[in-house]
Amino acid sequence: MTERDDQIQETSITDVFASFEGDVPASGRRSTPARLVRRYLPAVFAFLAVLLVWEGLTRLFGVESFVLSKPSEILNSFSETSGLIWGAGMRTLFEAAGGFVIGTSLAVATSLAAAHWVGFRQGVLPLAIVLNATPIAALAPIFNNWFGLTNPFSKMAVVAVVVYFPVMINTTRGLLEVDPAELELMRSLAASPSEVTRRIRIPRALPYFFSSLKVASVLSLIAAIIAEYFGGPQDVLGQYIVNRAQLFQFPDAWAAILVASILGVVFYLLILAAERWLMPWHVSFRTSE
Amino acid sequence: MSAPVVEARGLGKVFGTGEAETEALRGIDLEIAEGDFVSLIGPSGCGKSTLLRLIGDLVSPTTGTLVVNGKEPRQSRLDRDYGIVFQSATLLDWRSVQKNVELPLEIMDFPDAERPTRAREMLDLVQLTGFGDHHPWQLSGGMQQRVAIARALAFRPALLLMDEPFGALDEMTREAMQQEVLRVWGETGTSVVFVTHSIPEAVFLSTRVVVMSPRPGRISDEIVVDLPPKRDLDTREDPRYFELVIEVREALRRGESGSSGS
Repeated sequence: MTERDDQIQETSITDVFASFEGDVPASGRRSTPARLVRRYLPAVFAFLAVLLVWEGLTRLFGVESFVLSKPSEILNSFSETSGLIWGAGMRTLFEAAGGFVIGTSLAVATSLAAAHWVGFRQGVLPLAIVLNATPIAALAPIFNNWFGLTNPFSKMAVVAVVVYFPVMINTTRGLLEVDPAELELMRSLAASPSEVTRRIRIPRALPYFFSSLKVASVLSLIAAIIAEYFGGPQDVLGQYIVNRAQLFQFPDAWAAILVASILGVVFYLLILAAERWLMPWHVSFRTSE
Repeated sequence: MSAPVVEARGLGKVFGTGEAETEALRGIDLEIAEGDFVSLIGPSGCGKSTLLRLIGDLVSPTTGTLVVNGKEPRQSRLDRDYGIVFQSATLLDWRSVQKNVELPLEIMDFPDAERPTRAREMLDLVQLTGFGDHHPWQLSGGMQQRVAIARALAFRPALLLMDEPFGALDEMTREAMQQEVLRVWGETGTSVVFVTHSIPEAVFLSTRVVVMSPRPGRISDEIVVDLPPKRDLDTREDPRYFELVIEVREALRRGESGSSGS
């Protein structure tokens, strides 16, 4: 199982986020408040230290706000414009989440088809890998044209395409990389292919699926914001950041970026929670009783 | 005597083609009677696992005929005539022990009400009463293998195929498991085909030991184990047991030298 898990994490993004999972109490100890504090204290300290050094250096060298805003300025703007930027954040999140759901659904459907029909797999997967190498964000202007600049669906479409490939490729791999002994067992029981999919392949693919969702959750916000840069309604994060930067209101732009990163982390944690809820049996969550 | 459970005539199996061709089995003639406990023993590469898998229709023969439960092996598999236990327990992590035993019953559409009862009976049979709610990873290797046996027997197949089921267990657990299997065999009356590379194991368990030799795999000897049907710790100290162990050992050596000479 561990060997297989190692293979899943192919992108650097996953590796970075996987380090969060290292904090999971796999030893079976209860997460008492004291333990939680001890576990996360170093991270909190590091975060505060970075902010302090950032603030100190920008003050010390008199760095201009358009080069790098001070954390104090950013936090100030963050609280003053909170209604505006959280509103924009929610609209961007709506696009990201919509695209995420559409892209993930299509990806899962493709994966199931690829696992079921060898011909489909051999025809479609190489094509998917070629398309995956295309910088998909470049499609944004085209989607804006197709679906209309102001239609949130034009942004969702970009997100969906970005999310689609990692989820589809990882899930397909999970559905196909099944222990041959399990397949033999099912064969000995004269189980139909759909039984094999339902009882073996899908549970086996869940770890792959979730690790791709974790990548996708982060990618979906990135894709939504980039799609917004290409035009559309003004009350979204991407346009807000562009506009504030053009007006040299850099602390405002940074505050919006802060909103985006908070939303990204929350989205990611939601996926993590869903993962634990759906596969409590997985090796990384096991408690020894 | 009733019709044999397994009947092989001139059975052969070749894997691969051309350069990569390997002849795994040649000219296998074998009959296994109902209620028999037959061990297939031989050095690695003698095709003993392949023979077991032919019986289970997990691979198809290249030559010869094979009848299992009076049918084509494929039909026998589709009729769920046999249960199988592999070297690794192959339990599904996401299912409880109870649900693992219920797996074949779910696939075979046993009524909802019957499945839990049936699974509990099987867990009792392998002496894992009360472990139904555990998850596989919480059990020791020996216990996991007992769950695999319970699963294989849950739908009361006429034939039990076991492919080196205790190969990964330590000696103590292994002996306990052998005793267990004999008890289960006695209680269920299932015919058993048991692949092993352990001579004492083959002699202790079987009514008949089929000795195989490699390159290509074939049957070089058959030894009837005329020990009393009730086997226990005393059996392992019975002089006849030692004679039979030596007999099987010598048959294996003859098989080895015979094959290197040909």
